[in-house]
Amino acid sequence: MRFVDEFREPELISKTAEEIRRLAGTERHYRLMEVCGGHTHAIYRFGLKDILPANIELIHGPGCPVCVLPMGRIDDGLSIAQQPDVIFAAFGDMMRVPGTQGSPLEHKARGMDVRIVYSPSDALKLARLNPDKHVMFFAIGFETTAPSTALTMMRGRAEGIRNFSVFCNHVTIIPAIRAILDSPDMRLDAFIGPGHVSTVIGCRPYEWIAQNERKPIVVSGFEPLDMLQSIVMLLRQLKAGEAKVENQYKRVVPWEGNRAALRAIAEVFQLRPYFEWRGLGFISQSALRINDKYAEWDAEQRFEVPGIRVTDPKAAQCGEVLKGVLKPHQCKLFGRECTPEHPIGALMVSSEGSCAAYHSYEHRKAAMVTSLSSIA
Amino acid sequence: MCLAIPGRIVEISSDNVDSALVDVVGVRRKIDLGLLQDDKPSPGDWVLIHVGFAMSKISEQDATDQMNTLRMLGEIDGAMQEVQGYGLEEVN
Repeated sequence: MRFVDEFREPELISKTAEEIRRLAGTERHYRLMEVCGGHTHAIYRFGLKDILPANIELIHGPGCPVCVLPMGRIDDGLSIAQQPDVIFAAFGDMMRVPGTQGSPLEHKARGMDVRIVYSPSDALKLARLNPDKHVMFFAIGFETTAPSTALTMMRGRAEGIRNFSVFCNHVTIIPAIRAILDSPDMRLDAFIGPGHVSTVIGCRPYEWIAQNERKPIVVSGFEPLDMLQSIVMLLRQLKAGEAKVENQYKRVVPWEGNRAALRAIAEVFQLRPYFEWRGLGFISQSALRINDKYAEWDAEQRFEVPGIRVTDPKAAQCGEVLKGVLKPHQCKLFGRECTPEHPIGALMVSSEGSCAAYHSYEHRKAAMVTSLSSIA
Repeated sequence: MCLAIPGRIVEISSDNVDSALVDVVGVRRKIDLGLLQDDKPSPGDWVLIHVGFAMSKISEQDATDQMNTLRMLGEIDGAMQEVQGYGLEEVN
């Protein structure tokens, strides 16, 4: 039980788990969606399901930017980088994500100039260091990452760096939640709200979920105790027939978000009319494009982009898993054709994807020592 | 990718107020403070860092807790690899 000591306040975890059992009772079933891939990862890592009563079901949401990126966008980005003197720069998470002709890493092995960067500003630095090349930053992420891309572009423009562009795949979380709620086969009771996205957007953008959809939402931290407390807060609301936005992660998330970050997003980006999400299909106004003021730094305007559309294999049931209709292991391909080493579907691609998380932890449960069940 | 890494501001660059040296458990790297321009941190303050940018000011206790969270999530190696990569020192 070497991990048990590392959990903060194990007695409090036990008490909180007990409170969840008391509130949940046995009469009804609760379906709670954790929107953020970081929460999904943490839930499996900590074996949280093992200490929740059977009538509390956690549905894993769409908040993994690598997972929801359509394969065609990877092909498009790589096709730009096929052109002479272009450097393809991206976060490490992107490097093993397969396109139809292979991942960025496989393209690197075939001679493409592919670089891992840990910050968008380092992609800009690469452009400064390589004035005879063009550096294209393959940008992904929700509102957590979009401000950093935006500020980097503002700095590039101010400096007059012209051998730098961004292939923008930034997406926004609210329309994805709306699409899930609008889905006819979706039955959710409440949401565990994303932690780090909310440091940027704050808690107000979730108010329609409570007011219009009558679903409680609690913005949550990532520790076991955080998530258990958030579940208590959701159950209390549900028991009382309330629907409010609450913030469990106050130590990091200000109610109003980060206004400077929102200003940076507004300066550089505008909403796309629609964007395709892997597993969910086209969602209107769900992604960001670069506005005309920054057109010169927009890879999509600067280069010929083929606009490749790749249909995921029909047998892959990512959409059903994303909406919580199926559990990862209920997909026909799970663990057979589709594994973290050879991902076919979107949710197996990143460790924050629910299939990859399920595969990594649930499959090895017998050997797991991280389970919370021993203390709760 | 969605890692939020706690760091302590060591000094703010004299020629660029948006650039600061931070210390993340002994590793020192430059980060960008441009997203905190409404609430500028000072040397000694703790911040949460995401992809090389300070995203929010936090307390020392929160910084300790966040490091603990990363440890529990098995993300410490990833976080340190990310921090060491800032500024391209460890890559290319």
